[in-house]
Amino acid sequence: MNRTKGDEEEYWNSSKFKAFTFDDEDDELSQLKESKRAVNSLRDFVDDDDEDDLERVSWTGEPVGRRTRPGSFQSLSDALSDTPAKSYAPELGRPKGEYRDYSNDWSPSDTVRRLRKGKVCSLERFRSLQDKIQLLEEAVSMHDGNVITAVLIFLKRTLSKEILFRELEVRQVALRHLIHFLKEIGDQKLLLDLFRFLDRTEELALSHYREHLNIQDPEKRKEFLKTCIGLPFSAEDSAHIQDHYTLLERQIIIEANDRHLELAGQTEVFRKHPRKASILNMPLVTTLFYSCFYHYTEAEGTFSSPVNLKKTFKIPDKQYVLTALAARAKLRAWHDVDALFTTKNWLGYTKKRAPIGFHRVVEILHKNSAPVQVLQEYVNLVEDVDTKLNLATKFKCHDVVIDTCRDLKDRQQLLAYRSKVDKGSAEEEKIDALLNSSQIRWKN
Amino acid sequence: MAFPHRPDAPELPDFSMLKRLARDQLIYLLEQLPGKKDLFIEADLMSPLDRIANVSILKQHEVDKLYKVENKPALSSSEQLCFLVRPRIKNMRYIASLVNADKMAGRTRKYKVIFSPQKFYACEMVLEEEGVYGDVSCDEWAFSLLPLDVDLLSMELPEFFRDYFLEGDQRWINTLAQALHLLSTLYGPFPNCYGIGRCAKMSYELWKRLEEEEDGETKGRRPEIGHIFLLDRDVDFVTALCSQVVYEGLVDDTFRIKCGSVDFGPEVTSSDKSLKVLLNAEDKVFNEIRNEHFSNVFGFLSQKARNLQAQYDRRRGMDIKQMKNFVSQELKGLKQEHRLLSLHIGACESIMKKKTKQDFQELIKTEHALLEGFNIRESTNYIEEHIDRQVSPIESLRLMCLLSITENGLIPKDYRSLKTQYLQSYGPEHLLTFFNLRRAGLLTEQAPGDTLTAVESKVSKLVTDKAAGKITDAFSSLAKRSNFRAISKKLNLIPRVDGEYDLKVPRDMAYVFSGAYVPLSCRIIEQVLERRGWQGLDEVVRLLNCSELAFTDMTKDDKASSESLRLILVVFLGGCTFSEISALRFLGREKGYRFIFLTTAVTNSARLMEAMSEVKA
Repeated sequence: MNRTKGDEEEYWNSSKFKAFTFDDEDDELSQLKESKRAVNSLRDFVDDDDEDDLERVSWTGEPVGRRTRPGSFQSLSDALSDTPAKSYAPELGRPKGEYRDYSNDWSPSDTVRRLRKGKVCSLERFRSLQDKIQLLEEAVSMHDGNVITAVLIFLKRTLSKEILFRELEVRQVALRHLIHFLKEIGDQKLLLDLFRFLDRTEELALSHYREHLNIQDPEKRKEFLKTCIGLPFSAEDSAHIQDHYTLLERQIIIEANDRHLELAGQTEVFRKHPRKASILNMPLVTTLFYSCFYHYTEAEGTFSSPVNLKKTFKIPDKQYVLTALAARAKLRAWHDVDALFTTKNWLGYTKKRAPIGFHRVVEILHKNSAPVQVLQEYVNLVEDVDTKLNLATKFKCHDVVIDTCRDLKDRQQLLAYRSKVDKGSAEEEKIDALLNSSQIRWKN
Repeated sequence: MAFPHRPDAPELPDFSMLKRLARDQLIYLLEQLPGKKDLFIEADLMSPLDRIANVSILKQHEVDKLYKVENKPALSSSEQLCFLVRPRIKNMRYIASLVNADKMAGRTRKYKVIFSPQKFYACEMVLEEEGVYGDVSCDEWAFSLLPLDVDLLSMELPEFFRDYFLEGDQRWINTLAQALHLLSTLYGPFPNCYGIGRCAKMSYELWKRLEEEEDGETKGRRPEIGHIFLLDRDVDFVTALCSQVVYEGLVDDTFRIKCGSVDFGPEVTSSDKSLKVLLNAEDKVFNEIRNEHFSNVFGFLSQKARNLQAQYDRRRGMDIKQMKNFVSQELKGLKQEHRLLSLHIGACESIMKKKTKQDFQELIKTEHALLEGFNIRESTNYIEEHIDRQVSPIESLRLMCLLSITENGLIPKDYRSLKTQYLQSYGPEHLLTFFNLRRAGLLTEQAPGDTLTAVESKVSKLVTDKAAGKITDAFSSLAKRSNFRAISKKLNLIPRVDGEYDLKVPRDMAYVFSGAYVPLSCRIIEQVLERRGWQGLDEVVRLLNCSELAFTDMTKDDKASSESLRLILVVFLGGCTFSEISALRFLGREKGYRFIFLTTAVTNSARLMEAMSEVKA
């Protein structure tokens, strides 16, 4: 019986006799009854079956989860043949698109309902603007985005864009669907026209700017970014776009120059630390790191010098110091690290200052495996005593711990620390000397 | 540990039927293309498919070779090609290019596209434009509910979040309504319905319309699930943005649970290969620790390890018969437990290592300060430093969003400076990401007096009052304030702590965030269930900008058993986190309810941020 039904369907689907119309309501009703019966009976069918016995294999072919019983699985379509569930599956699974609708007088609400059910449904009869708009509003009131988009595709095809835009301007839900649709199918031109019409200048500018992501060639990308500079961004964003252009321009110069240097093999830093990747399209901070790593000592006049980058992009002190510190520490250039924090006052005295807090400095140095001598100098500069003590203990800066305990007159802590240093070491001696000293008035 | 359910807690319905249904439908669809065929599967559909069918089932239905849908020419030599895809434009272009290449080569084959969970008109339009409409037959595989666990159903549609909450596209509302309709067909009508949020309301309306159209199908059925609660993700972004500290959430944040399973790398398995592990109630060890605060997990696992050792040790001094019994009956179970235990211990170690490295303690401290609203300046500085040091871009973005939502937007000076530094640290193209975040209301700048946007007031002038109202709605995400501080106060989201919060014996849902914060979404659900509606919550609803978007619909149903009335289906539109699931499981245990979760996808802060990012990593 099922077979005959299938044949019948095939006949109608391929039929050229278009005069035929489904008696749709009846069809739906019978479908409904069948589904209902099927779902109810399926429940029993499903409940009886032991799902756990199914073999589970992932797409990589490995079994997942439970133990398996290979070969025990009977084809479901076979298993189904005697149960009413059979009729359920075909109904649910019947390609909805194959239902054809040749009727001409569906109302907007009927049309929208049919669209929602995934049926192919001609919209050609909605020719007056009023009909089109009614159709759209009906779709919007149904909340189904797929149907809203379907109607918009039709409207886009059959209305001039001025009229379409004008109608959508006061219908925001539909408008958002059109914008998303245009983005998805990549109709950039119409999208920009739409933003222009709506006077959404920021979105207009950003949509244009977004295109640069699709341009791989650095020169072409740079040229494209140049065209973005004059776009109606906010003042603040304009500056970002300008910076983006300038950055890529610089990177192109640096890249060409450094590739040459590296190939020539004359420069020590490139020989010792070959570049892992090109600097093109990297963020500014990464570029600064790169420049602090390879071009630290260059004069301000060159494009690749850190100072030049700092000035051009108005990089804040804090950011500059953090990045330079990380780069120089990575190269174990402790002398540069030292210089980074040394300032001279007007009398010529030197003093250590850091815009980022010395505890951060210590952490970064430690990450780059700085020796204890270097570490302890900076640990000593940490202002908060507790933090200082913690860091000193964590990074085994014995002298700092011992001196701090002495300054705090904390005998107990010093005593406790004694067990952490090596037996017979200089530190142990130092601790013992302090503990035996009669000069200190211990607080405990 | 692993709090037991109250003895009167209701049984969960059996959701395995959903898998069976989906499988049968797929088989039917494959049979629609009789004979040998090659199947092209979209990457995103592989894991869900994995959970309901397997290769041998496909082979039985004459699937010859399997391919992943990639943007590469197909090497298939089969006469019939079947594509199993999500309804996406790029898939259509790919299929069209294959068909057109065949045409150019004078080759004829049969092509079938199976859209899951449904077909979109925009896709068909692309097929038509590319000249392959008619060459390709289209079908739908309405597989929209995947049971990931005994109490968790996922639609596996992460794009729902971006499509609706960023782009305002309502394409998935029908899919959701259909899914709810299927549930009511299988498990009876829901006598009590509650919801909050625009998307929730629209989905509810469309669902009810479907039920009316197919009148009678659920009538007379005995309800199995007494309550349904629909909630939009944008009602509570804060919870989703927080770092997770219950075990399952932490595993998700650290390793990413995908479709109910996780790939544990060599650092966890302490071998040289990775292991794919299913995480659900069937994993006995996992089931006991999944909802626990991380600080308890280590202790629990080591206790468990000691017990296990003791059980192994029992075999000493056994006689032959006892030994035989032990080997045949207990050993297998012990070995299985041993395997699981060592996996989870490995995972814990790996989490600890990662978290120590990234100064998790300091991060959590900052988050708590943001939630409570003190030391804002300090937190802002912390975020700034995070950005300057180029710590993960996603993490920095998340903290900025958390600051923005809890503070009703950033003050303009901070906004500018953080944005500039962000672009400098992570790339100028993130300008697009910032625009997206602003549109979604996740990262905004405090405007003087919170005036309407320029466009909005311009449009408002053009149209009548009624239409202007609609427009204000449309711009709601731009204009609306999050009011988090006021809501938090009203709903008591920050528990007053007298002394230490004992995370071993949680006293409220705040335990999922170390006792610092009760998840807003879960608190709303708790309150509405307690009050059986929104009475007395008017002010909260107003602060949530949902004055017309909170609804209740109760039908008197005498057939509903008292057991069913303690079963609650919570539907998260736009995704829910494991922390929320744990919090509600806790609430259920306290009150004798059981919660069932339906989510468009399981999410976390990183996924939310990535969905907003314009620059794909």
